[in-house]
Parts: sequence; C-alpha cells; structure tokens
Amino acid sequence: MSKQRSMRTPLARVRYLGSAKSGTKHFWHQRVSAVALIPLTIAFVLIVAGLIGRNHAATAQILGSPFVSIVMMLFVISSTYHMWLGMQVIIEDYIHSESKLTWLILNTFFCFTIALCCIYAILKLSFGV
Amino acid sequence: MVEITLPKNSRVTEGKTWPHNPGAKREREFRIYRWNPDDSENPRVDTYFVDLDDCGPMVLDALIWIKSKIDPTLTFRRSCREGVCGSCSMNIDGTNTLACTRGMNEIKGDVRIYPLPHMPVIKDLVPDLTTFYAQYASIEPWLKTETPEPQKEWKQSKEDREKLDGLYECILCACCTTSCPSYWWNGDRYMGPAALLQAQRWIVDSRDEKTGERLDFLEDPFRLYRCHTIMNCSKACPKGLNPAKAIAEIKKKMVERQV
Repeated sequence: MSKQRSMRTPLARVRYLGSAKSGTKHFWHQRVSAVALIPLTIAFVLIVAGLIGRNHAATAQILGSPFVSIVMMLFVISSTYHMWLGMQVIIEDYIHSESKLTWLILNTFFCFTIALCCIYAILKLSFGV
Repeated sequence: MVEITLPKNSRVTEGKTWPHNPGAKREREFRIYRWNPDDSENPRVDTYFVDLDDCGPMVLDALIWIKSKIDPTLTFRRSCREGVCGSCSMNIDGTNTLACTRGMNEIKGDVRIYPLPHMPVIKDLVPDLTTFYAQYASIEPWLKTETPEPQKEWKQSKEDREKLDGLYECILCACCTTSCPSYWWNGDRYMGPAALLQAQRWIVDSRDEKTGERLDFLEDPFRLYRCHTIMNCSKACPKGLNPAKAIAEIKKKMVERQV
C-alpha cells in the first residue's frame, strides 16, 4: 500500500497501468519444471550417491555414460530454470524499492552462470577433455 | 522492502484498564485495539470487563455492551448482527472473522480484538476499505452481454446455475483479503482473494459474454499470480467459502486458453 495517497481515484489507482497480459507462461513453466524435477532429483541423488568415495577417473567414467550425463544436464537445466522463475517471484514479492530491477537482473545472471558452469563441468568430465 | 517492524508512531502501547463491574458474577476480559486520529497518540490496547449475565453470547454483543455501558467512544462497524452484511469483520483472537457470528465461548482466555490486518485504520476497529472496494469494482461485477436482451430473462441451465454456488454468497467482509500475506506485501497491485472470487463468479457465469475480456484483465503477474496458495483466505472466510479454489480455477482457465 503506497504511503502517499495521490489525488487519483481509487479505481484509477487499482487499474494503474492495466494488465500486463502475461504471467500464465511463467506460472505454467514453473509447474512444468517442478514436475520434471521430481524424477530428475531422484536420479541426481542416486547418481551423486554412486559417486561417493570414487576417484576422478572412476567419476569421469560414470559421467562418461551418455545416459548419466544427459540426466545430469537435464537436472541442471530444470533446477536452474525453476530457481530463476521462483527467485523472480520472491524478489517481486518482497522488494518494492528502485533496486528491484537490479535484483531481477542479478538473479538472471546468477542462474544462467550457475547453469552454464554445471553443464560445462559435466561435459568436461564426460568427454574427459 | 517488507516492513518487519511497525513505524514508531504505530507501535501499540498498553492503554487504559476500565473498572470491573460491581456485583457481576461472571466477567470476561476484553483487550481491544484503540486508535484515535484526532490526537497524536500511538495506538493502545484497552482492557474492558464484560458482565456475561447482562450480555448476549456473541463477540459483537459484547462490543455493543461495552459501547453502551462502559465506553461510548469505542468505534466499530456493525449492522445486521447475523452474518449477512459483512460490516463487523475484525481480527478476533488472532483470526479475521465476523464479530456477530463468533461466539465468546469459542475463544479461550481474554478476547483480543484488533482491526483487520494491514489496512489503514480510520479509528479503533474501523479499517479503510477504499482500495478493497475499488478492486471489487475493477472486476466489473455485473452481467456483460452483446446479444440483444431477450424478451424475458437470460436463460441458464440448472447445472450452470449450480456453478455459482460457493461464489455468490460472498458478503465482501474482507476477512480473506486482509488475511493474505501476499495482499499485505502487494495489496496495491494484487487483486486479493475476495475480488478474485468475485471475478470467478462472473467468469463461470454461463450467461456472461465477456469471459475472455475478464481473463485478459486478470492476466497479470501481480493482479492474479501473486496468489501463492497460502490458503489463509479459505481458512479465514466466515461464510465457509473457498477463495483459494476460485483463484485456482481462474489459473486453470488461463492455462486452458493457452495450451
């Protein structure tokens, strides 16, 4: 609720800039990525549990399997996409100052960087370069 | 940012304790929020003792008893005293509800009464609901058609009429909307559960010809999608309605017209 009430009518304030005519795609993608993450998270935990105590060569060998590395990358893509969407909502919920745009941009940069780093690491291990 | 603490001039202080009633056998302690716009004092909580043998069973009965027998300056809204007008909505014992349908025997210990949360206070238990009503008006809660009006009434099948059950009963008391944390943080842009339940009431009305435009109006990250299914609305509704479900139905329609 804005502290300073303007002289605009209540209806004008409620209508404000009108509908953004978007939001459904965001909502839907968040649900789809959440559903995808159910099996992918289970697979990720199983794979990581299987890596415990193994040395670099053995790890590279397991991640060298196309199935394993593709599952790992799907997990990374789904989870960072889900994180990007979810964090955006949290920032919109709680940050009302001018810094909102900065936080939204940082969120995007952070999620894309994390996603690319993870994928690069998986590919490097899996191709053994 | 979200305000974690109240501003200095909004901090609630301990107020006056009004005297016991001489000769009263059964008394109930009431702790009531008071704020007067005409002095520059902080809000305070006054303590009153209600003689239960001289007063009706509902919280509203006690408020009226206090106003007429102890303190005529106590300010609150009330009208029908039977849960159909929605005037006496307030925060009783930590829950938004109607004072007229909440029995004193449903509350353990002292009866703590505050105005509806996170709304500007006009005086004591009277909140400023201007924005809330404007949000209701903005969803255009009337039948919208282009087909020339029929000679008699707009026809509706029995099944289609039943789809309005659980929606049309809303009395706009604002208990749900003011219980919603999302509305607390973004009440200027989020429509809130009451307005959205009313929107759904017109979206599902089989006689309405502007369903798509109604959805267009709501298709917005803030107007509709600030609902994070916290469900306080459905828990608070004193009429037993389910605004959270109505909002979910709107979201389903939004997806339905895209995929």
